Amino acid sequence: MKQFIKLTSRIVPLPIENVDTDQIIPARFLKDTSKIGYKKYLFHDWRFEADGKPKADFVLNNPTYTGEVLLAGKNFGSGSSREHAAWAIADYGFRVVISSYFADIFKNNAMNNGVLPIVVSEAFLAELFESVGEDVSMTISIDLPNQEVKNNSTGRSESFEINPYKKECFLNGFDDIDYLLSKKDLIEEYEQKREF
Amino acid sequence: MKTLFDKIWDAHVVSQVPEGPTQLYIDHLYAHEVTSAQAFQGLRDRNLTVFRPQQVTCIPDHNVPSLHQDLPIAEEASRIPVETLDKNAKEFGVEYFPIGHKKNGIIHVVGPENGITQPGMTIVCGDSHTSTHGAMGCVAFGIGTSEVEMVLATQCIFQSRPKTMRITIDGELKKGVCAKDVALYIIAQMSTGGATGYFVEYAGSVVRNLSMEGRLTLCNLSIEMGARGGMIAPDQVTFDYLKGREYAPKGEDWERSLAYWKTLKSDEDAVFDKEIYFDAKDINPCITYGTNPGMGMAIDESIPTLQEIDESGKDSFVKSLKYMDFQPGEKLLGKQIDYVFMGSCTNGRIEDFRLFTEFVKGKKKAENVVAWLVPGSWKVKQQIEEEGLDKILSEAGFEVREPSCSACLAMNEDKVPAGKYAVSTSNRNFEGRQGPGSRTILAGPLVAAAAAIYGKLVDPRNV
Repeated sequence: MKQFIKLTSRIVPLPIENVDTDQIIPARFLKDTSKIGYKKYLFHDWRFEADGKPKADFVLNNPTYTGEVLLAGKNFGSGSSREHAAWAIADYGFRVVISSYFADIFKNNAMNNGVLPIVVSEAFLAELFESVGEDVSMTISIDLPNQEVKNNSTGRSESFEINPYKKECFLNGFDDIDYLLSKKDLIEEYEQKREF
Repeated sequence: MKTLFDKIWDAHVVSQVPEGPTQLYIDHLYAHEVTSAQAFQGLRDRNLTVFRPQQVTCIPDHNVPSLHQDLPIAEEASRIPVETLDKNAKEFGVEYFPIGHKKNGIIHVVGPENGITQPGMTIVCGDSHTSTHGAMGCVAFGIGTSEVEMVLATQCIFQSRPKTMRITIDGELKKGVCAKDVALYIIAQMSTGGATGYFVEYAGSVVRNLSMEGRLTLCNLSIEMGARGGMIAPDQVTFDYLKGREYAPKGEDWERSLAYWKTLKSDEDAVFDKEIYFDAKDINPCITYGTNPGMGMAIDESIPTLQEIDESGKDSFVKSLKYMDFQPGEKLLGKQIDYVFMGSCTNGRIEDFRLFTEFVKGKKKAENVVAWLVPGSWKVKQQIEEEGLDKILSEAGFEVREPSCSACLAMNEDKVPAGKYAVSTSNRNFEGRQGPGSRTILAGPLVAAAAAIYGKLVDPRNV
């Protein structure tokens, strides 16, 4: 997993609520058996016409918007557990997704793939959408050690929460499996002593 | 002082990472072909074996055609993941019910009906509808592929403890209202993200009076309001359902297990982080009108007007109705429809087919409707035939296909064309869910049956 400490980036705004993982990547693109190469499918049916032509009004097709931060309306990543959604977001080059809340499974999947899901207040989210609406080149700064996200356009910042264990994983680029494998003795001990 | 969830979760804690997640022991992992290939590959890359192969069951279901399963899958893109699962299951030595096997079907139908899923277990699968198994008194939840790999490698997973919520539904369901309507009603009240971060226990007289099939439907849809999972305390309904099933404990083991299962209920003084109450008298046959399962209403109600929607949600609401080609404030009764899909892990069980068949008996399918009736498993299909439902359905103009996830998410050939309306007993009405451009109206088996007969949305109580 890629290390994450600090990031200053422009924003790609997607002011839609309840973006489900079927929109992030439609089911018909889940047939590959690898974890890479999904960026071309990201938001596929919002991004492309049936004949494959880019839809001019979709944000990923608008070259004025760029950056490693995706800003989304509340309840991002609901629905299917498909990790392909996180793989597509990571493969496209996003390292952070910001919303006022995330669906639980998507949040875990994102974190297991080095994509940081940041939960901000509804007011801060609205302000970010407003700032990027006024100035597409505005930037945001994320400071993971201090758990702070800053709107560089207004100078306002907000702190965000992250589980201390997951924070360590991001700061060091570790993943869960390495850690679990180191605990095998505990697992066998548990199996022996349980009654049911 | 413990909730049902606490009792099961606490019994499965292997360790607690300081200030971090819980290392939770998993009793059973189910795996299908869409979300497991990369996990098995991960084991190979790390030179690992499956840690507890007897606690893993693999079943292909998403890409499986609903006709001609004796032939190779025609579409290569669908065939490869299924063949990959074949190879992985054999190479890693885990239990496998391939296409055509008498125990094949949709994972969330097969697990309970064979008694693999049992009360008190922790169960995971790379599939959000794993919440289904909670109906038998389990802590069951969907996970991502990285987590599937963790469980294959260690039989454990790292999870943060969710908050607990109890949803109590008391009273007596009105005639013509089924478990699916209860679920769609609850989700519409809660919204599509309203239970995010929570594990839900369903309680109350309505839940107690539901059959096992109905309970599985209710828990299946927990994820559609964002819940981590849903569960119901096991009781006589659960025990009667389980007894004698192939994987259920036998003899003394049964008695010993039963004694334990009977302790699996929330203590009288247990405290939930959130308690919600609903009354059965407020629940009617439901449909959805939008593009998430929270956009639901009673079949005879009107779509909300723009004024009734919160400011922040207006753009999404307008986008959704535009996709569906519906108007704010519109009534949908009488609306012509094109497709009916009966099946899925939500409504692909025998009771669902009985309800559907009872309604269409002696009637004829509308000519303008294409209907796909897809049982949730070969066992369900066999039971349909044993009970003679297939003959009644055939006389009414319906064909019973072969088990698959099918048109629920259109990964096989069963795709609803762009712009067409499908009344579907499945679980999601997301844009393009049943095929690019498809328009889904979620409903229970009775509303679906009525739509198939009349070719339009009708209230099954009034015909």
